[in-house]
Amino acid sequence: MSGNHPGLSNNFSRSGEKFSWSKDNLRSIKNIISKYPKGREQSAVMPLLYLAQEQNNNWISIECIETIAETLNMPKIRVTEVASFYSMYNTRPVGENLVQICRTSPCWLRGSNKITKTICKETKCEINDTSDDNKFTVVEVECLGACSNGPMIQINNDFFEDLDEESTKKIIDNIKEGKPNVIGSQKGRRSSENA
Amino acid sequence: MSDDLINIKVNQKEIQVDKNLTVMQACEIAGEEIPRFCYHDKLSIAGNCRMCLVEIEKAPKLVSSCTMPLMEGMSIITNSEKVNAGRKGVMEFLLINHPLDCPICDQGGECDLQDQAMYYGFDKSRYKENKRAVDNKNMGPLVNTIMTRCIHCTRCVRFATEVAGVPELGMLGRGENAEITTYLEQSITSELSGNVIDLCPVGALTSKPYQFKARPWELKRTDSIDIFDSVGSNIRVDSRAEEILRVTPRTNEYINEEWISDKVRFNYDGYYQQRIDTPYIKENQKLSISNWEESLKVLKDKLKTLKPLALIGEHVDLETGYAIKKFMSNYGKDNVECRTDNHAILESLDSYRFNTPLNDIENSDLIILLGTNPKIETPIINHKIFKAYNNDAKVFNIGENISLNYKTEYLGESLSSLNNENLIKALKKSTNPLIIIGSAFLNKIKNIKTLKSIFSYADKYKVITKEKNNLNFLNPYASRVGQLIIGNTTNNLCEPFSNLKKDNFELVLSFGSEHIANEQFNNCFKVYFGHHGDDGAMGSDIVLPTPLYTEKNGTFVNIEGRPQEAKKCHNPIGSAKEEWSILKKLSDELSFDFTPNTFDQLRSELFDKYPILSDYHEIIAVENSTSITPDIEFEDCKAEYPVSNFYMSDVISKNSVTMAKCVEEIISTPSLLEKSA
Repeated sequence: MSGNHPGLSNNFSRSGEKFSWSKDNLRSIKNIISKYPKGREQSAVMPLLYLAQEQNNNWISIECIETIAETLNMPKIRVTEVASFYSMYNTRPVGENLVQICRTSPCWLRGSNKITKTICKETKCEINDTSDDNKFTVVEVECLGACSNGPMIQINNDFFEDLDEESTKKIIDNIKEGKPNVIGSQKGRRSSENA
Repeated sequence: MSDDLINIKVNQKEIQVDKNLTVMQACEIAGEEIPRFCYHDKLSIAGNCRMCLVEIEKAPKLVSSCTMPLMEGMSIITNSEKVNAGRKGVMEFLLINHPLDCPICDQGGECDLQDQAMYYGFDKSRYKENKRAVDNKNMGPLVNTIMTRCIHCTRCVRFATEVAGVPELGMLGRGENAEITTYLEQSITSELSGNVIDLCPVGALTSKPYQFKARPWELKRTDSIDIFDSVGSNIRVDSRAEEILRVTPRTNEYINEEWISDKVRFNYDGYYQQRIDTPYIKENQKLSISNWEESLKVLKDKLKTLKPLALIGEHVDLETGYAIKKFMSNYGKDNVECRTDNHAILESLDSYRFNTPLNDIENSDLIILLGTNPKIETPIINHKIFKAYNNDAKVFNIGENISLNYKTEYLGESLSSLNNENLIKALKKSTNPLIIIGSAFLNKIKNIKTLKSIFSYADKYKVITKEKNNLNFLNPYASRVGQLIIGNTTNNLCEPFSNLKKDNFELVLSFGSEHIANEQFNNCFKVYFGHHGDDGAMGSDIVLPTPLYTEKNGTFVNIEGRPQEAKKCHNPIGSAKEEWSILKKLSDELSFDFTPNTFDQLRSELFDKYPILSDYHEIIAVENSTSITPDIEFEDCKAEYPVSNFYMSDVISKNSVTMAKCVEEIISTPSLLEKSA
């Protein structure tokens, strides 16, 4: 994968705005930390990074890292190490919709290349790029674990499965127009039952 | 057979070893050398380089010996074909992304990877794909980085976290994208940061000032002693012709282990700046170049009529100190002073030295810092306190609320905070308490009773017992303990130096002491013996050049009372003459008794007079003084720390360009002051 993938870059940047936990998140943090033994609070760094990413428009800024380090009383570099290790923590800003296209063998055999082409054409952006209107960021990822329903993509928190060029275009169009989408299989399959 | 020993076999040779060792350590005991990159015996075990593979009978695969614990009856094979093939495989992977730039690499000739590739490397690469390249990272003015050479052993990361106590280094990314960096590429803020250069097994982290200067085989090695703080770290000075090119540590488990401070490692460029290379005499308020004959003649005439006082600076060795004492005894008593900073002492050795052996500090469970900032005064001692802290010791601080790289409980600014309730409670619970009282208070104490009270306090709370003495006196000067042992001080032990009556002295001889510029000597005739031109030399009437510690032999007693030798590395700069030979010449002309004709004779006379000093590397033994005064009473004094800027604490480091860069990039950059927790 290219180094430009927002989740696989080691270069962090500042958002320029102060990052402080929302009230809801402060409550969740308390709950998360209580799951770990006393003195091992630093183990909560991964769930906290996830919360921070959710609160901070889907990316981890230096401000987020500093806030987490302060919350868990751990060195900033240790938080940075974890955030840079995992590809699902984005280290630079991404568009409103992060489109992750699965390109691992099962999806690829079922035609993920065509899906990629369609998405790039419809969103008007390249792989690892963000569209000019900041609506989409498109990335290629390895297996997301929905192999029997390939080809598939993930947009923010939702899976879209059993895709072809037509259904993919529709999904993107709906997002552009602000219309709701059917989540999951686009062929009406329930979970991964026989097609 | 003791319970702790188990029987194992290494290459069919049967040995008995401690069961708590690892396979690698057992192999070393058996005399088998195991190649390694990530393993270092002062750091935690990482097991990520895979170079130390060995075969263990009945184990299906090769195992990394540094992470493998021993078991009874284990049979280890280190020299089989399988082991060799495994190590060769690891080496091939390590070399995939390592550049072939040894000819322009500073590590060349002393590189672990280069050496081990001689045994386990292939003659040509089978790798046809693109090699990776990594951007170099900023780590400050001392450490140069060429990150493409990095093999990700993480020794530097572990050192920064575990030894230096500044968790600022880390490994970002993973797999092919893994990179070592400091947080946001800021400079490392540790006083021990230079040690990552020695730890790095490849040329990724090298010395910035030493960059492209020399090859290791061109250098002449001289064993010496760090004189820029009082710890007496063992150093190795590497020189070529008449120039010192680098300073590295020598291992001494009792003192500095394998580390030295950045000051002694990097301030050597200051040795050659602003040097006094010829005698000067003041004419019409201006120093002008003179020669030895003329300047000594003027000095001799002054010595005939005026009553002299000798001041001893922070870098003066014992032989010189003894020669000064011998010379000054011709003018009566109490006219030599090394306590130019008002350092209060009692008569016995245990009232001015660090009584706990340095490698015992880590066993303490409660440490009280009284007016001392060990981080910048003596970084090596600070590392030992950090070790104790990591072993769950509590650290209390009295004086200013200084920031250290470990958590301290601040009790207050005056000595009377020793009576703090929390502290007393903790002291009563503690099994091995330790007190370190630093110059910030020692230089301010005016009443001898306060000093005695500290002893009584220590006695009361079992800091001093029959077996041990954990009441420690810390000053940052290399010369101090030795000079006090040979009695180079006036007898008024708590009397401040600034009270010395100027009427009693008309001539001041300063041996590297900048205190000659004090106002109290304004009307005296001033003579400065030294190597660097600073305030002391500027204000003097005669300036005589003397050699630096690397340009003559000399004995120094470190803070715990351990005599050690600093050896001559090259000839003195300019026409500098050793102090004792100047004093010898003056004595001859003034017809004083000064028998030694050579340095060796001087040294043996010193050792005859003070036999305790002749036992190099052993701590001088004394009996503990206990319970000196019945009632404990502390005077109120405000702490004033002797070192405020680690990188510029003496004339030599003030003249170092490298140290100036450190001040600019590490101390003066505000973003670095906010430390990570």
